[in-house]
Amino acid sequence: MSTRRGFLCAAAGCLTLGLTAGVYAVAQPAEKVIRISAKRFVYTPNEIRLKKGVPVIIELTSEDIVMGFKVPAANVRADVMPGKKVRVRLVPVNAGRLDFLCDIFCGSGHEEMNGAFIVED
Amino acid sequence: MDHRVDRRQFLRMAGVGGVVFASGLARSVGAAGADDFYFVQLSDVHWGFEGPPNPDAKVTLPKTVATVNALPEAPDFIMFTGDLTHTTDDPGERRERMAQFKAIVAGLKVKDIRFMPGEHDASLDRGKAFKEHFGSTHYTFDHKGVHFIVLDNVSDPTGSIGDEQLAWLAADLAQQAPDANIVVFTHRPLFDLAPEWDWATPDGAKAIDLLMPHANVTVFYGHIHQEHHFMTGHIAHHAAKGLMFPLPVAKSQPKRTPLPWDPAQPYRGLGFRSVEAEARAKFEITEYPVVKVT
Repeated sequence: MSTRRGFLCAAAGCLTLGLTAGVYAVAQPAEKVIRISAKRFVYTPNEIRLKKGVPVIIELTSEDIVMGFKVPAANVRADVMPGKKVRVRLVPVNAGRLDFLCDIFCGSGHEEMNGAFIVED
Repeated sequence: MDHRVDRRQFLRMAGVGGVVFASGLARSVGAAGADDFYFVQLSDVHWGFEGPPNPDAKVTLPKTVATVNALPEAPDFIMFTGDLTHTTDDPGERRERMAQFKAIVAGLKVKDIRFMPGEHDASLDRGKAFKEHFGSTHYTFDHKGVHFIVLDNVSDPTGSIGDEQLAWLAADLAQQAPDANIVVFTHRPLFDLAPEWDWATPDGAKAIDLLMPHANVTVFYGHIHQEHHFMTGHIAHHAAKGLMFPLPVAKSQPKRTPLPWDPAQPYRGLGFRSVEAEARAKFEITEYPVVKVT
């Protein structure tokens, strides 16, 4: 029963938070939520350590304009809207560096708006 | 007299350029109007940029205009493949930079000049200012047996071409023979050169799929501020150098920040190219530096 409630809560969260279809699998309660704030032209934090094989939920917000969040090697992306939260689920399959970037042009400095997940064994 | 050979001989003697790549595209034998000609590709001018990567920012473009004007033989046309201006949040300043850019390139002796936007020109206003100054962001034209297609993968701030333009591309290609000589100009690479640096087009694979049935296709693009050559199947993709600051090789450093200016070698890494289209031969690319060798 508790599992079912967890499913419903997670599913409701998907709707209210506008999660990206096809990217987000239903969150398990134990999955850690990592919050990243975006504003021109920086993510905070922009370097995050993860454990290999341990899924996490990335919760994103924008402090100013519409931004993108993309992790090309993990096939994860989301639009990050001002004043809203968006969640994506990330499963770090391999140890190493997983780069992320803003993929919606946001002005001078856009090219340097990136970060990385450092995935450890 | 073979002017093409004269030009190459001049370049070799002057040491200002060299044929560095011949595309995999062979022009059709006997294609209608397939005369020899060449065009010049200029890219990533970033007019309005200020910063340490180019302390000579205000004179780099005028110097380039002088160098192009001094080519021993005039090109048939000149193509600017985007980022004519450096981005600004101020719509008035954006227009001012575009007006200044137009005034400078008006000094080119060749008057057949074609433009397309980069993300710095068009992504913040979906191409509005660009269209006011330069016209459509995507179009086609034909020149001496070659069909040129200009694709816009920057007005959408995600860098996508979009379904509407892809349908337009499909309709245009449907009018072309399977062996037609086709050159595509884009700003961003159509293939995934380095998605981690946004050196890609989200729906570029759809454009490549549309182009694949055509035997003779070559793509010229900008965006990455360096020479790069890549094949997707039989389609060659050639990136051009920029004219404001060079960028590092993909993923060779954590951020895609410009390479530093070297006072001992000003304009290093900057330049433009000519592209020679020859009947029964291949397109040949010659790279030129910004400053004319005297």
